[in-house]
Amino acid sequence: MPKSLFEKVWEAHSVRKLANGQTQLLIGTHLIHEVTSPQAFGMLRDLGLKVLMPHRTFATVDHIVPTNELVEPYQDPLAQAMMDELRKNCAQFGVTFFDRATGKQGIVHIVGPEQGITQPGTTIACGDSHTSTHGAFGAIAFGIGTSQVRDVLATQTMALGALKVRRIEVNGKLRAGVYAKDVILHIIRVLGVNGGTGFAYEYAGSVFDGFSMEERMTVCNMSIEGGARVGYVNPDETTFAYLKGRPYSPQGAAWDAAVARWKSFASDPGCRYDDVVKIDAADIAPTVTWGINPGQGISITENIPDPAKATSDDDKAGIIEALAYMKLPAGAPIKGTKINVAFLGSCTNGRLSDFQEVAKYIKGRKVAPGVRAIAVPGSQIVALQCEKLGLDKILSEAGFEWRAAGCSMCLAMNPDKLIGDELCASSSNRNFKGRQGSITGRTVLMSPVMVAAAAVTGHVADAREVFAVN
Amino acid sequence: MALDKITQVSGRGVYVPGNDIDTDRIIPARFMKCVTFDGLGEFLFFDVRHTPEGKPTGHPIDRPEHKGAKILLSGANFGCGSSREHAPQAIHKAGFRAMIAENFAEIFFGNSTTLGIPCVNASREDIAKVAAAIAANPALEVTVDVAALEVRFGADKIKVTQRETARDALVNGRWDAIGELLDGVPAVKATAAKLPYLAA
Ligand code: SF4
Repeated sequence: MPKSLFEKVWEAHSVRKLANGQTQLLIGTHLIHEVTSPQAFGMLRDLGLKVLMPHRTFATVDHIVPTNELVEPYQDPLAQAMMDELRKNCAQFGVTFFDRATGKQGIVHIVGPEQGITQPGTTIACGDSHTSTHGAFGAIAFGIGTSQVRDVLATQTMALGALKVRRIEVNGKLRAGVYAKDVILHIIRVLGVNGGTGFAYEYAGSVFDGFSMEERMTVCNMSIEGGARVGYVNPDETTFAYLKGRPYSPQGAAWDAAVARWKSFASDPGCRYDDVVKIDAADIAPTVTWGINPGQGISITENIPDPAKATSDDDKAGIIEALAYMKLPAGAPIKGTKINVAFLGSCTNGRLSDFQEVAKYIKGRKVAPGVRAIAVPGSQIVALQCEKLGLDKILSEAGFEWRAAGCSMCLAMNPDKLIGDELCASSSNRNFKGRQGSITGRTVLMSPVMVAAAAVTGHVADAREVFAVN
Repeated sequence: MALDKITQVSGRGVYVPGNDIDTDRIIPARFMKCVTFDGLGEFLFFDVRHTPEGKPTGHPIDRPEHKGAKILLSGANFGCGSSREHAPQAIHKAGFRAMIAENFAEIFFGNSTTLGIPCVNASREDIAKVAAAIAANPALEVTVDVAALEVRFGADKIKVTQRETARDALVNGRWDAIGELLDGVPAVKATAAKLPYLAA
C-alpha cells in the first residue's frame, strides 16, 4: 500500500505501543539548547539516569547569548548561569556542544542542517517549537517540552500519538518579490493559527519543488504558527545536494546507500492523505502581519481590517484586541505604517540566502533616520559566509548593525529588545504581545527584503516599489 | 514510579477570557532565564496582570475572590506558540490543577498532561455557563471529572471531551511516561539497531 513519508518514518521509528495507546517513538536525533534543557538534566540527576545515546544528542546556545558581547562572563549573570549550566551538563553527560569557541554555534534550527545532522527519513526532537524547521529535509521533527526532553535524554524516545497528514500543494509560479516567508504567512492566513492542530503538514507542489533548502526551511519553520507540530517536504535532489559533504553527512560508499534510503522515505504516489489543500502561487503577495498572532496577515496592498466588517463575533473581538495593542487604525492601508526598528535574523530568516537577497537590494541605500536596524546571522557559519562575501559591509554601510549569531530580538532573552511601544519590522516568526522584549512593543512580520524596504523608507513598504523589483 | 490516578479535580474556578492566549503571554520569555522551574508561579500572565509601570491591572487571577482557585477556564487555542514547559509549570506552580477550554494547542496540551494537569475541552456555550456560575458565586466548587468526562458545578453539569490517550494516562496514573519508556529501553535498542544513521 502506498504510504506517506510521515507514515514510513513513524513506522521505522515505532518501538512499541504503550498502555494508553500512544506509541513509544524512537527519536534518532536530539537537539538541545540552554533554555529548555537545564531542568531536564536536573530531572535526570534526580532520577539517577544517564543520557542513553549521547552520540545522538547535540547542543548549542542561542536564546540568551548576547550578540554584541563575545567575552565571558556576560554582563547578565542569569545568561552566564545558563551558559555555564549547559556547558556543565554537556561535559558531564558526554553530549557534543557547539559552543561559541567551536565556530559552529548558532540557532539550533540553523546548526542542525548546516552540520548535516538533519537528514531525511529521521526523527528529530528539540525543546523548541520551531523544530518543525528540520522537516524541510524530509525528517519528522517535533518541538517538545522539558519533561519530554528528559524522556528523550534518558530513553531516546517519547510517548506520542500519530498525527494526521495534510498535504498543502502550492502550484504555479510565485510573482516577483514574493518569497518563502510570504508563502507560509499566506498559508497560515488561509488555514488559521490552529488549523493544523493534530496534523503534520506535507508541503508540496511546483513551488516547493523549485525551492532551495533554505526556502523550504523558512516555510517548515512556521508550521507551528499554523498549529501544526510537524511540517515537511519530501526529500529530492535539492536535499541531497545540500547535504553532500557536510560534517555529519555520510561519506564515500555510505553516501550512496544513504541517498537510496532517503529516497525510499518520500511519500509514494497515490498515498492517502487526511486532507489536501491547494493554493495557487499567483494568489500570494508580499504579506505582512497587522495583529498579534501570525495568522493576522494581509498583503502589503490591503487595508488593516475593520472590526465593523468582521465576519463573526470572534473575528471582531480578535480585531479589536489586536488593533488596540498594535495602535493601528482600522481600515487604513498597512503600507505607510511608521516603524522604529528593523530586525533581520531568526531561525526563520537568518540564513545566507536571506542576507544575500537583502544585500542585493540594499546596496547603496541608507536606513531611514531614526530607525534602529540590526542584522543578526543565524549561526557563526552564516556570519562567516556573509563576511566572506562582504555582505556584512553592505549591510553596515546601509546602516544595519552587524551582530554575532543568536536568536536576538526574535524573543529578546538577550539584551536586544524593543523599547516602549516601538514598532519592529521583523523577519522572525512571532508577533505575540510582548514577544520582542517590551510589554507594549509591536511586531510586524514580513520577509527579509520587506524588512529592508521598511528600513530604508522608515515605514511598512512594498519592497517591489522601493527596490523596483519586477 | 507510582503516580497518582487523576480521576477528578475539585476546587474554585477562575475564568480568563480570550482566544489564542499564547505561551509568551502565559509566561513571558524574560522569566525563563532560570535553570529550575521553581518560583515561576508568580510570573504567570505577568504582563497582562501588570501595567508597563508595574501596577496591577485587576486580572481575574489576582482578584481576592479567586485566590486559591484550582481550575482555569479560557477560550480557544489556549497555549499556542512556543513549546516552553515553563507555561504549564507556571500554571501548576500558581496552584492550578485542571484547565477547561474550547481547545488547546498541541504541544501545550501534551506538556500539561505530562505534569498531571488535565486539560478538557468544552463548547463555548458551556464554558460561558460555568464562567457565569463562578461570576455569580466565586466560592462555588467546580469539579473536573476526568473519568466521567464532565464538569460539575453547583447543581449543574456540562459534558467535556479529552483525547482518549490523555484521559487513559491520567485516570490510570501513567501521565508521566518516563517509567514506561524506561521499561522499553531494550526494545529501543533493537529498533535503533535497524536504523543505519543511529550506529555509534
Ligand atoms: S530564533 Fe526565535 S523562534 Fe527561532 S529558536 Fe530562536 S527564539 Fe525560537
